[in-house]
Amino acid sequence: MSSENPIWALISTFALMSLFAVGGAAAAVPEMHRIAVDVHHWMTDKQFTDAYAIAQLSPGPNVLIVTLIGYAVAGIPGALAATLAMCLPTALLAYCVSRLLNRPSQSRWPALIQAALVPLSIGLMAASALILAQSTDRTIAALLLTATVAAIASISRVNPLWLLLIGGLLGFAGIV
Amino acid sequence: MSTDSAPALQEPDQGLALPAAHAPLPGLLALFLAFARMSLAGFGGVLVFARRAIVEQHRWMTPDQFNETFALCHFLPGPNIVNLSMVFGSRLRGIAGGVAAFTGLLLPPTLIMTVLAIIYARFGDVEVLRRSLAGISCAAVGLLIAVVFRMMTPLLKRMDIVVLVLVLGVFLAIGVLRLPLQAVLLVAIPLSVGATYVMRRKIAA
Repeated sequence: MSSENPIWALISTFALMSLFAVGGAAAAVPEMHRIAVDVHHWMTDKQFTDAYAIAQLSPGPNVLIVTLIGYAVAGIPGALAATLAMCLPTALLAYCVSRLLNRPSQSRWPALIQAALVPLSIGLMAASALILAQSTDRTIAALLLTATVAAIASISRVNPLWLLLIGGLLGFAGIV
Repeated sequence: MSTDSAPALQEPDQGLALPAAHAPLPGLLALFLAFARMSLAGFGGVLVFARRAIVEQHRWMTPDQFNETFALCHFLPGPNIVNLSMVFGSRLRGIAGGVAAFTGLLLPPTLIMTVLAIIYARFGDVEVLRRSLAGISCAAVGLLIAVVFRMMTPLLKRMDIVVLVLVLGVFLAIGVLRLPLQAVLLVAIPLSVGATYVMRRKIAA
């Protein structure tokens, strides 16, 4: 760890990241991975993938993977600092914008920009999937499990939680 | 809030400007509890539960109002559902309502996540836990691929080359080349907005 205060590093990193997080939490995963694993070495690749899995399995907004990153860096204060830094600035921004345009549908620019962001969010989420898969799918069995879950979730409306739990059971049994 | 109950000028939907469709305004504690409940119910995404609670269960918003509020929050950066809690709470109860909803949404799961982080830090190396987490990770990646697939389907049906090139470009820049997000977005957002604008004018013409 560098000599600078880790809490401050967390706050500045995630506050800045949140302002660029178009398309929600899943789209921000590659940037979180780049910063936490490649730039700051806060976590290993494996720890990051575990954090993603824990965040998916737990209740609440998926963005709370930042709580786990924050804890890994600086314990409980780090967990809270990272969560607030990721969530509060954009929430306040949303509050201000909603007061400015209380009827956003009147202008066509928001709709246009929103439509323009769709391909970017999809590209970002696909990148998330690739980065996580490179760390997690290291065996044929693991690859098969990912592919099967992807296929089932694409064509059916089964609750994703069951698929996560089945994955956990297969892992527990030592199959993947 | 008074600013939001002003009559809509250009909206044909009757539902939007009718405060009579609403239940009585909730108190701060009710807001906190409602968001805490939907947050804790929301495994793998809170939006579905938020919609059910706000529109169907409590009738705090009409479906149109909910869509409009969500569209605003989706359009802005940051975690959408977190933005929604702040905007929604403040529309009902001012900034205090926004803070109540925001805290309700985030506090309980953050505490749970912190406990899980402590457990992981202590027992993350235990072989059984490592194996189980590895299995969950594989499934979680599969779920993410499914979301991407579902979002891609309408784009593939339209075979919109420009849009598909943008998806591929962002995917390669971030996923393969691992470029910083800011740099990629500074190029990709103007490109995509420009392309969308030109395409819409073509369709309109």
